[in-house]
Amino acid sequence: MRFAVIQFGGSNCDQDTHHALQDVCGVDTDLIWYKEGLRRKYDAIVIPGGFSYGDYLRAGAIAARTPIMQDILRHVRDGRLLLGICNGAQIGAESGFVPGTFTINAYPKFICRWVRIRVENAGTPFTSQYREGEVMRIPIAHKEGRYIATPADVAALNKNRQIAFRFCDETGDPSPQTNPNGSVEQITGVLNERKNVLLMMPHPERASEKILGSEDGKKVFLSIIDHMEGR
Amino acid sequence: MLSSGDLLRIRELLGREPSEVERACFENLWSEHCSYRSTRTFLRSLPTQGKDVIVGPGDDAAVVRFSDDLAIVVGMESHNHPSYVDPYHGAATGVGGIVRDVVSMGGRPIALMDPLYFGPLAREKNRYLFEHVVSGIGDYGNCIGVPVVRGEVVFDEGYSGNPLVNVVCIGTVHPGRYLTGHAQKTGSRLVLVGSSTGRDGLGGASFASRDLSEDASEEDRPSVQIGDPYTEKLIIDATLEMAATGHVLSCKDLGAAGLAGASSELCSTFGALIRAERVHLRETGMRPAEIMLSESQERMVLEVPAEHVAEIGRIAEKYNLRWSEIGEVIAERCYRVTFQGETVCDIPINLLTGDAPACRWEMEPYQAEQPFSRPVEAIKDLALRILSHPDVAGKEWVYEQYDHDVQLRTISMGGDAAVLRLQDKALVLSCGCNPRHIYLSPYAGTANAVIENACNLACQGAVPLCLVNCLNFASPIHPNVYWQLEQCTRGMGDMARSLSIPVVGGNVSLYNESDEFGTQIKPTPSIGLIGKGDLRSSLSPSDGNELALIGKNEPFFGGSVLDAISGCGGKAPSVADPSILKVIRSLVGKERVQGVTDISHGGLLAALSRLAPRSSLEFETEMFSALFSEAYGRFLLAFQNESQLRDIPYTILGEVGGDALRIHGPEGDLTLSSSELRNAANSVTRTMRHAWQ
Repeated sequence: MRFAVIQFGGSNCDQDTHHALQDVCGVDTDLIWYKEGLRRKYDAIVIPGGFSYGDYLRAGAIAARTPIMQDILRHVRDGRLLLGICNGAQIGAESGFVPGTFTINAYPKFICRWVRIRVENAGTPFTSQYREGEVMRIPIAHKEGRYIATPADVAALNKNRQIAFRFCDETGDPSPQTNPNGSVEQITGVLNERKNVLLMMPHPERASEKILGSEDGKKVFLSIIDHMEGR
Repeated sequence: MLSSGDLLRIRELLGREPSEVERACFENLWSEHCSYRSTRTFLRSLPTQGKDVIVGPGDDAAVVRFSDDLAIVVGMESHNHPSYVDPYHGAATGVGGIVRDVVSMGGRPIALMDPLYFGPLAREKNRYLFEHVVSGIGDYGNCIGVPVVRGEVVFDEGYSGNPLVNVVCIGTVHPGRYLTGHAQKTGSRLVLVGSSTGRDGLGGASFASRDLSEDASEEDRPSVQIGDPYTEKLIIDATLEMAATGHVLSCKDLGAAGLAGASSELCSTFGALIRAERVHLRETGMRPAEIMLSESQERMVLEVPAEHVAEIGRIAEKYNLRWSEIGEVIAERCYRVTFQGETVCDIPINLLTGDAPACRWEMEPYQAEQPFSRPVEAIKDLALRILSHPDVAGKEWVYEQYDHDVQLRTISMGGDAAVLRLQDKALVLSCGCNPRHIYLSPYAGTANAVIENACNLACQGAVPLCLVNCLNFASPIHPNVYWQLEQCTRGMGDMARSLSIPVVGGNVSLYNESDEFGTQIKPTPSIGLIGKGDLRSSLSPSDGNELALIGKNEPFFGGSVLDAISGCGGKAPSVADPSILKVIRSLVGKERVQGVTDISHGGLLAALSRLAPRSSLEFETEMFSALFSEAYGRFLLAFQNESQLRDIPYTILGEVGGDALRIHGPEGDLTLSSSELRNAANSVTRTMRHAWQ
């Protein structure tokens, strides 16, 4: 089993995500500089957080138009897994993997804060190690993380169980008061229809070691590993 | 502008009229910012040696051993004047500059700290500066992926018109593989990597050493550089990849005085020949003086053996960075610049980079302490005003705008100091100073600033490794200000010596005064303290824990937050006894306490609101003095049973638990409910969010 973490110019969570996968979860992981393209098949690809191309134009907009995204598109069409975290989620949304987009926060400042999110669908390759409704403690760190989509798209996401995570309080109540960035329906993790792409704003790699304050996010990676092992 | 005295001296030294490029070089390199003309004698009195110091002051950043196979690289810089003229870009480029200083030593930047000083938020202009400085730091630091893990914010009228933006950057490097900013070999090539050069930031070094006049914003705007954090991130990764080849002999970032400053300092061990027309430009028609002095950001100059220039160039290209080979290290001890075949600068290199003529100013002591007069307001009203003073209130509005978790080292930021994991140890960081105390008592105040930062480290069980500073002052032309400088550096040096902390770097920012507001800053010798300790789970008091005070309370109200809100006057704190530090480190190290915080601004009251906001206390002595005095070297502790304190003198204050902060004392009862405490703590966020709406 081999994973890849894609490095764009301006990615800055690439080493962190590599560390969480390789050192914490024990899965062989390559760091791929975007100009190199994908030279082999990978079981799962992670686009990490950061500021690809400095967030110029719009977060993720330029990276989404680089040639390596064609390789990643083929990977996804083959049914293999893609996880986009933070800037990776913005790039994924710009690439059209899910409906809707991540835009500037309701209070238009960067926000770095530990929050709680609730697992809305535990039956996906990214969430199988969680219980449905499980609440995890995990940090967010973004300026353009407010998920928005048309009412019709949101209805379809709900119907198809494409919502992976929502902001919530300690008890799991996803009330608007818990929403740090103004995302529609507190949504902060979205799946594609086929459930092999997950785009999320919170940083699971920052919640994968007890010493850093939480291991709750590690199960995203362990779910992926479990899914690949089970195939 | 060069002073007429300097110009005369230059003519005499050269034996001729200096050319345009030469004049510009001298103007910048002989500025206070680059050559410490007013402060050199004071700075030389600071202790800079230590067994772990590998590179002390004088290079781009210091290198200090952390373990056998890891050293930390640390530097501190101010970006005050630019942050007033253009707060967003001024603050952002302040971050960029100090980060490149660390990178140019071969260090990978891992953390930032930002002590900030502003005028009161009641003034709209100050809110505007505060808002945009924080955004500028956040957007730049976040983009380059270096976490801001610590800071402080002080609000005082003296900073209206003179906000201070100080930045500490910490990096890591193998102790045997750091780079320096001193050329190693004649014949090697100088390679310029990064952004193209434009007219931005021209004359920034001399600009930084000047008063800002009323209409400074308009006329000086071209002197403020514009930062590009995306390019900076590429520069960081590219430079470290270049350094890892082993073919970079020395390296320097382009900061004050641009390419002229960096290349002349880099080559001062030998000589330099620069071919100015080879510099990659972003504007046409630039004159050689403009090319040499431009302070365009995100540029590095590297010394590379001729045969490895192509390899270094390929790494630049991997990161889409432009590069050019712009000159070489020469044996002749001169600094020579040619432009399209014509020599435009040719001076003995030691004239430029050696000591510029020192300036001496008159010195005159003052006495600013006022007799104490007790405020008439009720103790509860005073308490709530102190807790909602922006110096004391929560700073979530600030630090939530900084990505403090990136790089996966941040264990905690709460409490008194930031704790990062580094190998199997804790890197513990603290910064700041108390300008109100320092103004009243420059020597004791600065000595206490060293102790206070060391107390912050002690609360995490950590021992100081080294200290960096920014000496921010008003104009040394005022004899009182020059006296402050002398007293502050002496206070810092004496306390650093007595705690065996080497002072390994820093900078000086003078002329912080404003005609527009009729203000001059209080002396602000801001400190960054770097320490090392053991990794341990973070402490948190629980119900039933006892609370005790260690250290002697004396009624020091002068310069306190109480003084700031009420004008009560009083004496400023005397120098604290540093022997307390060992005691606290040992208690924390042996895990004998459930919680500990040191008492600083806002006194015991503020410490209680942080450590034990729900607790019941009983004071035998006067509540007023116990709560509001800001005597240093004191700690509030929570512990399970008294026997853990053994021989240490302490005063039991009460117990953790209940639904409010309840204090019973000779003057009666003081109760601060959770919602009152929350409301007070939230004052900065409320002010800034309200201003936005």
